[in-house]
Amino acid sequence: MDLEYHVISTLVEDKPGVLQKVAGLFNRRGFNIDSITVGNSEIDGLSRMVISVHADKTGLEQVTKQLNKLVDVIKIKDITKTAVKRELCLIKVNIPNEKARAEIMQYTNIFRAKILDVTEETLVIELTGDKKKINAFISLVENYGIKRIARTGLTAMARGV
Amino acid sequence: MRGGEAIIESLKNMGVKTIFGYPGGQTIPFYDMLYDAEMDHILVRHEQCAAHAADGYARASGRVGVCVATSGPGATNLVTGIATAYMDSSPIIAITGQVPTHLIGNDAFQEADIIGITMPIVKHSYQPKDPDLIPSMIKSSFEIAASGRPGPILIDVPKEVQEGELTKFDDSLIETPGYNPTTKGNIRQIKKARDLIKQAKRPIILAGAGVIISNACCELKKLAYTINAPVMTSLLGKGAIDETDDLALGMLGMHGRKVSNDSVNEADLLIAIGVRFSDRTTGRLDSFVPDTKVIHIDIDPAEIGKNVPVDLPIVGDARNVLASLNKTLEGYNASDDVNKWTDMIKQRKQDLLPRVTYDDVPLKPQSVIKEIAEVLTPESILTTDVGQNQMWAAHFYDTQRPRKFISSGGLGTMGFGFPSAIGAKVACPDDPVVSINGDGGFLMVCQELATVREYDIPVIAIVLENRTLGMVYQWQSLLYNNRHSQTLIGNSPDFVKLAESFGVNAVRITKPGETKEALGKAIKDNEPILLNVVIDSEEALPMLPPGAGINEMIGEYKLEKDVI
Repeated sequence: MDLEYHVISTLVEDKPGVLQKVAGLFNRRGFNIDSITVGNSEIDGLSRMVISVHADKTGLEQVTKQLNKLVDVIKIKDITKTAVKRELCLIKVNIPNEKARAEIMQYTNIFRAKILDVTEETLVIELTGDKKKINAFISLVENYGIKRIARTGLTAMARGV
Repeated sequence: MRGGEAIIESLKNMGVKTIFGYPGGQTIPFYDMLYDAEMDHILVRHEQCAAHAADGYARASGRVGVCVATSGPGATNLVTGIATAYMDSSPIIAITGQVPTHLIGNDAFQEADIIGITMPIVKHSYQPKDPDLIPSMIKSSFEIAASGRPGPILIDVPKEVQEGELTKFDDSLIETPGYNPTTKGNIRQIKKARDLIKQAKRPIILAGAGVIISNACCELKKLAYTINAPVMTSLLGKGAIDETDDLALGMLGMHGRKVSNDSVNEADLLIAIGVRFSDRTTGRLDSFVPDTKVIHIDIDPAEIGKNVPVDLPIVGDARNVLASLNKTLEGYNASDDVNKWTDMIKQRKQDLLPRVTYDDVPLKPQSVIKEIAEVLTPESILTTDVGQNQMWAAHFYDTQRPRKFISSGGLGTMGFGFPSAIGAKVACPDDPVVSINGDGGFLMVCQELATVREYDIPVIAIVLENRTLGMVYQWQSLLYNNRHSQTLIGNSPDFVKLAESFGVNAVRITKPGETKEALGKAIKDNEPILLNVVIDSEEALPMLPPGAGINEMIGEYKLEKDVI
């Protein structure tokens, strides 16, 4: 089975249990969801879920069809190829010395990240971007010692009309 | 009007006259309101049987069946029944009591998250948090349960919602923008199907439960006759075509008729209608119709291409699609090639009719089924339990009409046969209802003898007694070196005395001819009765061993024509 990376955007009713149903379906069909994000959509009462998952073609087709059968699911689209993808990441980094502080702040500038909180020993940095960019930043600051990472998981939107 | 009354009123509006249930702490308000209502309630003796009875009711009648249980253990006892209905696309509505809203999540007494527990086995579920929502939710439940690919719906009603006063009775359907089952087949696909049919030299049809559910049996027959194609069925498709018809070959699959299993791969076109190609129907997938073009008609797009690669999919209601297909085939006459093929298959069917004539003692199950078939009329309903009894019934009994063979196919639920017969009898009081059970499965639900006695439901329960859990025993014999682990169930109980203790008459049958006589009398008497038929412990053969191809059955296939 060739597993491919897919980003699926679904429009669902904003009701209790919908997230559980969608996640449960993936789980039952043997898929491990990489990330799932949910939030309000442009339509009142409807939420948009963005699910990223590694799946083979037939498996994904089956799970998409099964998702479509859920009464609460309104629309499903595989936007892997056309999507702009973003993730938000918060990182708390150690500051071993003053030199490190300067270096980290430089990286922060280069990556267009933001510093949200400063103490003597730590910095909290906010970074958005695709997975690659975030991973690159993390590996750069790893040497200083990372205390915490919180990532939102991917959200995405198809380009164009 | 209070919530509980709104439930009853809504059910009445949907045409429900009888519900199956069992009360408990969190449904006391509902049952209190039922006390004065014009609604029949059958008190089963275990909640699982309420779900099976509602299921049997639905399958026999095509109407939605309703069952009720209390919160916690009552609700969890429904789970097997709900899963059974889900797997076999049966429209039932399960109403459960729930602890009062303010206690939900507190691990209150008899609290269970039944919405969460049943999430993977329901088509949809509702939990009204306000009595005003009840009429809409019930009406929507019926709509969703019965439309598209039918399935079970759960409505979980907290206790105080049952007691609360409605401000208005508004039963407008809840908007479900995400639910639009495709019922009409795409006409371009249908025309392609017509072309494939016209090109085919050796067509064969596989009809499943979808044909019965969508009431497409007339259309199926018309198609089969127009294109002169033989028709096989899945287990749950039994009755989609009259199995005594020349064109009907019988069941396909692990315990299928030899003519079906042998012929399917020889066809150059398989028209599959309302089937889901279960592993029990196809055998090993890569040797199932490897060189055959496949047209798959089903209302559920998720079933198409799930197991068997399809050359031409048509999503839609079987009846709609077949009616359109028949229209495009007007004036079509089967070619000589097709006629030659079908004549050959018809002859093969006659040559391969399985042996049912035996006069052995202990009785052969085949001969018992034969005697049952001799007594039952086409409108009689036969329900089965699960295991050998089910496969004997499915293999040797010719079902002549739709909704007359009721069995747990997908989930394979032991204990389904008897309670589903109760539901079927309530739905169709004028038709004889017979359930075939094994001694193992019947013991799981024997307490329902009290139900048939108390309500005088004249169900005929046949218990085939071989004192083994026969199907597992058989697999152990064939595939596990005869190591019969935990499949000999000993000599308890005496089924006749068991029935009599419930006030139900019972007959012990050991010799040829006695089944026929007792069953004939039972139908005439129109009384609940148990026929305890002692049978030879033997295997339901032939069968496909797991992992075998559809035409690789093992075990000798004994033929009726070889009877001396």
